[in-house]
Amino acid sequence: MHTLETGSGRIYSREKNIAARGNKTRRCRFTLVGVPEKSVTTESFAELALPLLDRLYNFAQWLTQDRGEAEDLVQETYAKALRGFASFQRGTNFRAWMYQILRNTFLTSRTGLKAAAMVPIDSAGDEETLAVTESTPESILLERLDRERVQRALDALPVQHREILLLAEFEEMSYQEIASTLGVPVGTVMSRLSRARRALKTIVQGAQRS
Amino acid sequence: MACRAWAEKLDAYLDGELSTSDERLLRDHLRVCSSCAADSIDRLQMKRGVHNAGQRFQPDPEFRRRLQSSLAPQRPSRRFWQWVLALAGLLVVAGVLIAGRQYDRTGRRQLTSEVVDMHIATLASANPVDVVSTDRHTVKPWFAGKIPFTFNLPELEGTPFTLAGGRVAYLRQSPGAELIFRVRQHQISAFIFQERAVEGSNPGERDAAGLSFGVRTWSRNGLRYFVIGDASPQDLDQLSELLKAAA
Repeated sequence: MHTLETGSGRIYSREKNIAARGNKTRRCRFTLVGVPEKSVTTESFAELALPLLDRLYNFAQWLTQDRGEAEDLVQETYAKALRGFASFQRGTNFRAWMYQILRNTFLTSRTGLKAAAMVPIDSAGDEETLAVTESTPESILLERLDRERVQRALDALPVQHREILLLAEFEEMSYQEIASTLGVPVGTVMSRLSRARRALKTIVQGAQRS
Repeated sequence: MACRAWAEKLDAYLDGELSTSDERLLRDHLRVCSSCAADSIDRLQMKRGVHNAGQRFQPDPEFRRRLQSSLAPQRPSRRFWQWVLALAGLLVVAGVLIAGRQYDRTGRRQLTSEVVDMHIATLASANPVDVVSTDRHTVKPWFAGKIPFTFNLPELEGTPFTLAGGRVAYLRQSPGAELIFRVRQHQISAFIFQERAVEGSNPGERDAAGLSFGVRTWSRNGLRYFVIGDASPQDLDQLSELLKAAA
């Protein structure tokens, strides 16, 4: 079909593993090949977009922190993306494009507007916390970061920090990809990511101490 | 360069976004600076922690199905195809019927025009009859043994018709009787064949339209009768009635 950069190839191989395990609903995707000419747009869109479903959904629920809202968000994202697929420029990053739509849809939702209101201002006193090392590296090494504690810490973060951390660490997006997803310059990505990391660290360490 | 300046680049380094030259310099620094090395391990731990924690929510299978079907190209429903099949079936049946009718009609036309041709041949013939007799009791026995069936001739006394004679005619390799009647100056041929000779053709009077001869035809007791001539329709009808009454 189309040669599109879809970020890390990891997602595809993972999806294929699921299909190989015999998940029939997954397999449907591969039977879309060979449908009439007029549905080519739908077909190639489905081929590109459906492999992202699991991750987009995961991201959506991280943002909304509610199953129903996450489903609505993903549904709307796919609908918007399908409508706008003609305007999507081939050869550009499809994954970033999908995340961008999802995120913009989220920001205009009720939950998104509420979350955006609590976003810390980007330029707030960075210098103070930069040099602070609250715990020794050894203590962190000894006490392994278990998933649940990090998840609770991420939940506690403002949505802007949460999303950039997930895009960088979980989705393993490059700064450039994150920049196009969030619609901000790469410099802003770097500073925002740095602040988000410090904020997360503070929460995790706070939890460790208590 | 001070540790603090390096610390600012640690994230980019761990994210794989540092330029190659900076990366080499930072790696050199990490080898000698335990504080920065510890810091980088610290950050790497956090990165790994978030990476592992990131996978948390799975879409509901029902939701996944719904989304997939909303993206699948709209296929006509099974019900729709059933209708299409039924309609196609009807069309085929109708087509066969029409074609059959048309074929049948053509067959009938051919049969009638064959009979009319025989009548014309008789008109043109110098010896129109093989048995010359006005007596029905002479004509009828003459056919015995020549045709595989028998028939009755009407009493023509008191009618405008006279019997001129008869001959053996063949329709589709099947022998039959041709009787020649006269009414005023007109000559009328009455053909009698076995029904099975014309089987499947089911000839009709309408099929003679455009032939400029009047044709009457009917079937009785397994025999097919044709009455053909240029006499008036009334004469043809009257002769037909006489023949029917005699049979």
